[in-house]
Amino acid sequence: MTPVFFVFLPIVLAFFIPILFKKLPQIHTGWFVLAAPLFLVAYYAAFLPGSAAGETVTSSFSWIPSLDIAISSYLDGLSLLFSLLITGIGSLVVLYSIFYLDKNREQLHNFYVYLLIFMSAMLGVVQSDHLISLYLFWELTSISSFLLIGYWYTRDRSRFGAMKSMLITVFGGLMMLGGFILLYLMGGTYSIRELIAQAPEIANHDLFVWSLILILLGAFTKSAQLPFYIWLPDAMEAPTPVSAYLHSATMVKAGLYVVARFTPIFAVSPVWIWLVTGIGLLTMTWASFFALKQRDLKGILAFSTVSQLGLIMSLLGVASVAFHVDGAESTVFKYAAFAAIFHLINHAMFKGSLFMVTGIIDHETGTRDIRKLGGLMGIMPVSFTLAVIGSLSMAGLPPFSGFLSKEMFLRAMLSLTEFDLFSFETWGILFPVIAWIGSVFTFIYSFYFVFHTFAGEHKPELLPKSAHEAPFGMLISPAVMAALVVILFFIPNLLAVWFIKPAVLAIQPFLYNAPGEIDVHVSAWHGLQPEFFMTLGIYAVGGLMYWTLRKWQRIYDVFSHTYSLNGLYDSLIYLSDAGMNRLSGLYMTGFIRNYLVYMFGFLILITLGTLGVSDAFEFDLTGTAPIRAYEVILGIVLVAATVTILMAKSRLTAIISLGAVGYTVALFFVIFRAPDLALTQLVIETISVALFLLAFYHLPQLSRHEERMKFRFGNALVALGVGVTMSLVAFSAQAQKALPSISEYYKETVYTEAAGGNIVNVILVDYRGFDTLFEITVLGIAAVAIIGMIRLRLTRKEDVNEKQ
Amino acid sequence: MRSNDVIIQTATKAVVFIILLFAIYIFFAGHYSPGGGFVGGLLAAGALVLLMLAFDIETVNRIIPVDYVQIAAAGLLISLGTAAASILFGVPFFTHAHTYVYLPLLGKTSFHSATLFDLGVFLVVVGVTMIIIQTIGEDE
Repeated sequence: MTPVFFVFLPIVLAFFIPILFKKLPQIHTGWFVLAAPLFLVAYYAAFLPGSAAGETVTSSFSWIPSLDIAISSYLDGLSLLFSLLITGIGSLVVLYSIFYLDKNREQLHNFYVYLLIFMSAMLGVVQSDHLISLYLFWELTSISSFLLIGYWYTRDRSRFGAMKSMLITVFGGLMMLGGFILLYLMGGTYSIRELIAQAPEIANHDLFVWSLILILLGAFTKSAQLPFYIWLPDAMEAPTPVSAYLHSATMVKAGLYVVARFTPIFAVSPVWIWLVTGIGLLTMTWASFFALKQRDLKGILAFSTVSQLGLIMSLLGVASVAFHVDGAESTVFKYAAFAAIFHLINHAMFKGSLFMVTGIIDHETGTRDIRKLGGLMGIMPVSFTLAVIGSLSMAGLPPFSGFLSKEMFLRAMLSLTEFDLFSFETWGILFPVIAWIGSVFTFIYSFYFVFHTFAGEHKPELLPKSAHEAPFGMLISPAVMAALVVILFFIPNLLAVWFIKPAVLAIQPFLYNAPGEIDVHVSAWHGLQPEFFMTLGIYAVGGLMYWTLRKWQRIYDVFSHTYSLNGLYDSLIYLSDAGMNRLSGLYMTGFIRNYLVYMFGFLILITLGTLGVSDAFEFDLTGTAPIRAYEVILGIVLVAATVTILMAKSRLTAIISLGAVGYTVALFFVIFRAPDLALTQLVIETISVALFLLAFYHLPQLSRHEERMKFRFGNALVALGVGVTMSLVAFSAQAQKALPSISEYYKETVYTEAAGGNIVNVILVDYRGFDTLFEITVLGIAAVAIIGMIRLRLTRKEDVNEKQ
Repeated sequence: MRSNDVIIQTATKAVVFIILLFAIYIFFAGHYSPGGGFVGGLLAAGALVLLMLAFDIETVNRIIPVDYVQIAAAGLLISLGTAAASILFGVPFFTHAHTYVYLPLLGKTSFHSATLFDLGVFLVVVGVTMIIIQTIGEDE
């Protein structure tokens, strides 16, 4: 079995989950689910030694060979790290959910099926080497995430959140698909590795920047960057295990993964560096600022996730700079890739554990409102310990792993000021300043989160339930993660050898040949560097501001909903729904008259436009027959009859004038020597006039007032336009006959080949009898339709029944 | 009150046969001179309409008890059959065949499968026209 098949293992298991749920209701379904991620962790861990030595494993199976589409699995340092995160945290989340979700009240089969689909999709995203299969799995994560957010589908907020995240991430996904297709057009291959190999050629292509921006749009929407982060806080309506898994540890990192994976292709472009670094930093600071506005524990964590994702994103941007500099200077930028991966692991750990602690608080007290909570320190000591570890790591305090990665982050940002490419020397100073401000707010909200929940006075009267410590099983998963947060602080270099350096090799493949060449050594104490003083500043200012939080927290009331990004989203949704309704209401009036005006208007526009653009109009009277007196007289009669129809006051006059037109046309057929047509025209005209009279006789009494057709200028204009257009076309067509008529052939062969004398009839029944066959079919259908319309009056019968 | 239609009814009795004969003439003449199945069918229908005008629908239906839906269907089948028959002889769909034979009374006569096709057209036109007029006429 090649590794690519193991991607589908969770989905295959998902098929059996509903059966297990129905057949074995006494056992919590989660225990069966747990097998898949646990097995996969062990499976992927077996690849670690190879990956640490710089080896990669590729496997694939062809899906649509004629289109060169395959499902492929490419396991290098980066995808292996992500795979382990997905399956590892997946195992912990499943374990946690076993205790979090009640097996009797919840629809567990739905939950675990969605979760397993998501797991497969995520593994597919991070392991795909093929652009199309990457996109396929990408959309599968969007869909499964949509299903998980809307898990409690009877709640309005859940449905709203699911819809919002779906719209935003699918928008990004589609943009990304566009970017992928452009990449394929430029490189001629779907394989990411092959595209990376020809990165220098691709960089000179015209479509390069478009592809870059489209792929970044996809990555930014998925990873909740500015201005697309708004779906993530609303996705907090999902069950807490989902928030912990999808919206902190895995799915939101898919965007980071894509940025990291495509860095070797796009890093040469300054647009990429500016966008990734700039948007990342702005997102970090913006979200950390607004995290303090939140009153919901999960809201705080959502904004904190957005902020941390921005931090990692900006580090990936700085890592791209390494492609532009050589020698000793480049080492600082190599640090950035290292720091990005390091912080990504840290964040997955502490954010997962924090979400689970929030779930515990919600579960045991019945609320997540930070204003009602407080003083839980003595009641829930274990949860408190876990929350403190997670929060302080998030704030960047020693001895937790967050401290190390935060130091590296500040160092990377400081290095940008010394970088003299793409006018970084002038604006570069802004980067560390913004990063520092963001870090200060991160510090404050970390303290706000943990101490407003656990410290202070206990308010049992506000809580729906009486608070108590969580069951042991619920605490295992967050405890494992929190323990890792502490352990990683002491063994960062071991982590680096096994996980980080192979991943960095995937991000910056041109700079090294093997993971061993990456000469980064993490140490908790690295001397009195500038970043150390920045960290001290963060603690000082952050501590001071946290102390005075109650005084200045009121400034958040200034930011109203209307002028926020959520307000913009709401009005966009309103526009696309009600606005579009109104727009279509403007022209879809329901009056046939208006639709006819559109049709004729466009007919005139398109025909006259074509005539004008191709300069096709021509007027030529050579070759026309001389005009005789009969034709003039008949023409006058025809025009007089037509004008009478238009001017007639009574409908009877109009019908009779129409008959006059028909008979005049029959006379025209006579003088233009078409006896068959004349005969048919005479008979048909008679029948249709009779039918008109019948319809006239049956007009309802009420609307039978006789009045002249109203004159409407618009109608006259359109009618005139159509008449002039068609006349012009007819004149031009007459003047430019390209080929001689085919009728000579008919004249010559009508007797010899078809044994007939009447050329019209022979054409009708012999040369082109096929047309006639279907014309008589049309007649038959018309007759059947008339029978149907007149005899089958179901509505009238119903009326009769009602009266009875 | 019932009006006395004796003149129109008597005239109709004579004229209907002339119209029907003319219709049949037009139908058979179609291959060499103006006419054919379509006009012929319309004329035949005209003769029937004249009967209906002079008498009334029930009377006409009693004299000529035919279902015009079946007439139209039969016409369509004949046309389609004529067109499809050529497949049996290994030639493309809608290939007509014709031959001349000497009949005792008529002398040299042309037989053409197109006539059969035209007969289908004739029947469809008669059927459809009569369906329309009958259906509308019987409607209240």
